[in-house]
Amino acid sequence: MSRRPFIPILTGIPLGIIAIFVVASRWIVPNATKQDIMTGVTSPGTAGHLFGTDQLGRDIAQLAIAGAGSAVVGPIVIALGSMMIGIMLGTLAGYIGGWLDLLLSKYADLLLALPTTLVALVVTGLIDGGYWVTVLVLIMLFSPTDIRMVRGSVIAQTGRPYIESAKVLGLGRIRIMFRHILPNVLPVAFSTMLLNVAFALVSMSALSFLGLGVGPGVPDWGRQLSDSRDLLDRNWGALVLPAMLIIITAAAINLLGDWLQERFEERSVQR
Amino acid sequence: MDTAHSHRRLTQLLSRGSLTRFIIVRLAATGLLLLVLSFVVFALLHLTPGDPARNLVGVRNVTPELLQSIRDKYHLNDPFMSQYLRWLGNVLHGDFGESIRNNTTVTTLLSDRVTLTLQLAGLSFFLTVIVAVPLGIAAAWRSGSVLDRSVSVASIVGIGAPTYAVGLLLLYVFGLWLDIFPVYGSGDGGFDRWWHLVLPAITLASGLAAMVFKLTRTAVISELNQDYVAFAQSRGLTRRQIRSLVLRNAMIPVATSLGLVFAFLFGGTILVEVTFALQGIGSLLAGSVTFKDLPVVQAITLLTATVIALTALAVDIFYYAVDPRVRQRGIR
Repeated sequence: MSRRPFIPILTGIPLGIIAIFVVASRWIVPNATKQDIMTGVTSPGTAGHLFGTDQLGRDIAQLAIAGAGSAVVGPIVIALGSMMIGIMLGTLAGYIGGWLDLLLSKYADLLLALPTTLVALVVTGLIDGGYWVTVLVLIMLFSPTDIRMVRGSVIAQTGRPYIESAKVLGLGRIRIMFRHILPNVLPVAFSTMLLNVAFALVSMSALSFLGLGVGPGVPDWGRQLSDSRDLLDRNWGALVLPAMLIIITAAAINLLGDWLQERFEERSVQR
Repeated sequence: MDTAHSHRRLTQLLSRGSLTRFIIVRLAATGLLLLVLSFVVFALLHLTPGDPARNLVGVRNVTPELLQSIRDKYHLNDPFMSQYLRWLGNVLHGDFGESIRNNTTVTTLLSDRVTLTLQLAGLSFFLTVIVAVPLGIAAAWRSGSVLDRSVSVASIVGIGAPTYAVGLLLLYVFGLWLDIFPVYGSGDGGFDRWWHLVLPAITLASGLAAMVFKLTRTAVISELNQDYVAFAQSRGLTRRQIRSLVLRNAMIPVATSLGLVFAFLFGGTILVEVTFALQGIGSLLAGSVTFKDLPVVQAITLLTATVIALTALAVDIFYYAVDPRVRQRGIR
């Protein structure tokens, strides 16, 4: 398979720009949520508004730049959190096995029996959860796949000679698990985590598209998209900009994660 | 003599690796899974913040008498387990209670809307299969070609692209701008209904097709790397003969994954129905969650879980029956 060396550059540029938006949006667009009812809806290209304005006269482009934070920060926390659970429980299940393994596998089966969107919608909707509650719920829903992934790679490592020799040397279980097995699992865990960020970004903006997650008035891509339905005939910029931002960000993270995974797999085959 | 015979027949049927034993074990596991899920779904009523009786009142004026009558009607003062068992008994008879938002039973509400969701799911599933499976086979057959690379990259984008964003873009381009397809609503039945479902179905199928394409491609490539293909080539079999051998074997994992795609289909219908303002089960769920119409939420969650669990069961049995290698390994 090809190594596709252009992938890091191709994905790095959009992701870099989004990262700048996330960190510096408060200085780039300090007045993003400022309303101007007199202006009302304008179409793209109106003086000073590259992508036009919405019903409240807010500039679509400024809102989108300000919305990068809520679109990206939550998903990163979700991917980190669920991978931490995955590494803790997956390593224990894979290395110690027995009833613990059985229990964790059944837990994962139960959560995987339902579509993520449905469970996230029902749980966050019923408990009126805000942004961080949604993040917590999604960590719970993402962790089973991570537990399974880590468990699988730990089991693949356990049979190798270096673990045997570590056992012969009399090293403790904890030490073998976290000092010797874990470093070999981390590369795959990292690329899985990237793919999870993309998946979480889509899930979170889906929830805010349905009116859950972010609070009212907070700039957010999913919210912008659901608002854009009412001005489709007057300002296409309100739809196209946030839609393209979500699609490009998710695709870039996916491509990068996929590329990394392939590289890591190649390396482990060569060894 | 007769009992001895039937006993032997029974042990034969239930012996390790037999299909009957496999089906019985998997049926029991599915039953257990659904039982646990039904418990969680029932508990939603009590896990939702606030007094369950008040939540069941909805937007009606709260009077002490009304609250009392609701408590009596739903037996909210009984112990939790007896409430659950009573509810479960009703559910097994197809009675999910009454909707809070609409003054009808949940069952009528669902039966009014289920057709549309099934039509949408069916059409998207059909589109997914006829596009993704042939493309996956072609890409694997000429792996590394321009076709393979471009479709592979497109599928990574397709897996990541959110349904509602794709849906709204299609809606804008084909509904408003080019004015080919209707923008909102479910149509007046018959052909008009299907015409209204084209854009939503393409939207839903785009993500699924990307996933099925990837799975098909991987399955065919791993089959092409098997020793028997090299052997067949060295024996001088034609490409056509080899292709039919490879495809027959690769179709087993593909058929399995198609069954599992169902779970994604049901998650996706929620967003697509909301995006295109279709009156199906998915948009009903979204609306009911916001309104805290608990009986409806419970019914849809449990029914979806049942459909998915039964599909997974059917897929497992199919896999077990078709692939002798799985049978040899025995039950997990």
